[in-house]
Amino acid sequence: MRIVWAVLAVSILAACAGTQTTDSQPPAAVEDRGAKPAAGAQGVETKPIGSVDLTGRPAAGAAALKDPNNILSKRSVFYDFDKYDVKDEYKPMVDAHAKYLRENAGTRMLIQGNTDERGSREYNIALGQRRAESVKRMLLLLGGREDQIEAVSLGEEKPRATGTGEEAWAQNRRSDMLYPGEY
Amino acid sequence: MRRLLAALLLSLVAWPALAQLSIEITGAGAQRIPIAIAPFAGEAALRSGVSSVMRADLERSGLFRALELPPLVPQPSEASTVNYAEWKSRLADALVLGSIAVRADGRFEVRFRLYDVVKQSPIGGVAYTVSREQLRSTAHRIADYVYEKLTGEKGVFSTRIAYVVKRGARFELQVADADGANEQAMLVSNEPILSPAWAPNGKRIAYVSFQNKKPIVYVQDVEVAKQNVVANFKGSNSAPAWAPDGSRLAVVLSRDGNSQLYLINPDGSNLRRLTSSAGIDTEPNFSPDGQWIYFTSDRGGSPQIYRMPASGGEAQRVTFEGGYNVSPRISPDGRSLAFIMRNGSKFQAALLDLNTRQVQVLTDSELDESPSFAPNGRQILLATVIGGRGVLSAVSSDGRVKQRLTLSAGDVREPAWGPLAH
Repeated sequence: MRIVWAVLAVSILAACAGTQTTDSQPPAAVEDRGAKPAAGAQGVETKPIGSVDLTGRPAAGAAALKDPNNILSKRSVFYDFDKYDVKDEYKPMVDAHAKYLRENAGTRMLIQGNTDERGSREYNIALGQRRAESVKRMLLLLGGREDQIEAVSLGEEKPRATGTGEEAWAQNRRSDMLYPGEY
Repeated sequence: MRRLLAALLLSLVAWPALAQLSIEITGAGAQRIPIAIAPFAGEAALRSGVSSVMRADLERSGLFRALELPPLVPQPSEASTVNYAEWKSRLADALVLGSIAVRADGRFEVRFRLYDVVKQSPIGGVAYTVSREQLRSTAHRIADYVYEKLTGEKGVFSTRIAYVVKRGARFELQVADADGANEQAMLVSNEPILSPAWAPNGKRIAYVSFQNKKPIVYVQDVEVAKQNVVANFKGSNSAPAWAPDGSRLAVVLSRDGNSQLYLINPDGSNLRRLTSSAGIDTEPNFSPDGQWIYFTSDRGGSPQIYRMPASGGEAQRVTFEGGYNVSPRISPDGRSLAFIMRNGSKFQAALLDLNTRQVQVLTDSELDESPSFAPNGRQILLATVIGGRGVLSAVSSDGRVKQRLTLSAGDVREPAWGPLAH
């Protein structure tokens, strides 16, 4: 999966020559449209993210990730407010993913930590990071390799449940373990 | 509607203001200076008002009360002889008279004079030669002049603000004049944008963008559409804060595990780790003298504000009351600290006097975020939520005057007040 982003270089200069005032020059716009390189874009960069090809892996292994009866299809760890410890109930699931990482040495995982909408956005980035790191640490202890796993934070920016109230918040205090092609 | 269509046609190029911020003011300063601002001679023939813009600026500050005036015949200008008794009878302490004339080359000559009605003497005046596009910024300059002459402090009417708008699934980093006019997008993305921070010279903005599926810190020139990566390390990269001399940024990286403070040059060079704690360290903010970095840390068990020397060293705890104190911002005079404190289920902006240790809660909102001082320290811009929508709000640093800046569509958040114009 490749994410291509385009930078449209546009500069608009207000042509004016006041003798005493400064003119307010309009800021130029950069457009980032996700996956679509704009025609005529002046700068296009390509950044690969976790581009591991799963097609060569044993089909049984990859299929297990999507099999609802397999614990590997479960990916989310949930937390209490302002907490980041992985509760005991999630340990069998994390253990199963550690085993999958061990058995599929070529695959990689991205762990995304999330928070509810309350409090500071930047503190929530750090809190989400801590949540993702706590899952990563557990995976490393169980045999995953450092170069297989990246932990990042989405803070409160990408809520799974929109809306306010504990029901939505509880769903958003979460780490997700994702494999290539899933993010 | 026609404007909207035109805007959509232009949308690939410049994202003009689809809907600019509108401002609503509540409360007022205890002692507002009554000022008479006569419509400028020659202004009626123009579509864009100068006296009305400066009048709105001064009123918005909460320090002035613009008097309602009857139609003045003949229309006075800065060249008129002032009948002080007449203005005194209208209860004005100060008076502004001015004129706008079209020159042969199509430009405009804007002149004004400010008078002290109580002392019955002129204070001063300026003449400007400007294009039509500059009339509005000229009005802000005149308001700055009047504000400074009458209060002794710098006006901030010519400054700009940055903020993030979320419209549906789209995120926009916007820059607008301090009164919400002239909104222009610097970055439009399908992924979140946060934490814009103005370089001290007002020419660049650092921010965090998720465009690569994780937080990465960028710097972008306000007038050049090019993103420059500052910090893109393994893990999360966020919370950029400029040193007052603009030579480096404090950022928060998780490359070595937990979120910690680092220093980095704006071009991404010279990375240096600043904190080594077992917990979260984030939201760095330099003191105006560059000596200290204030930041949020949960090293003591709950998120609190600390400070440490900007060159590294021991951190001291700054906030003690309450279990959740975050987002420190030091006032331009270095004497107080704006931050967000949790009160029960509410997150409210508060001000800590660093000398007396007194804390004043500034708002009665539910979900305040991201305080940002005006460069003269008189007001604090905040993000808050009203009726489920993100809006900006500005509160005077004594808590008396509140303004709400709303957008007709979309959530507004992450405000950052730019520096004084250079």
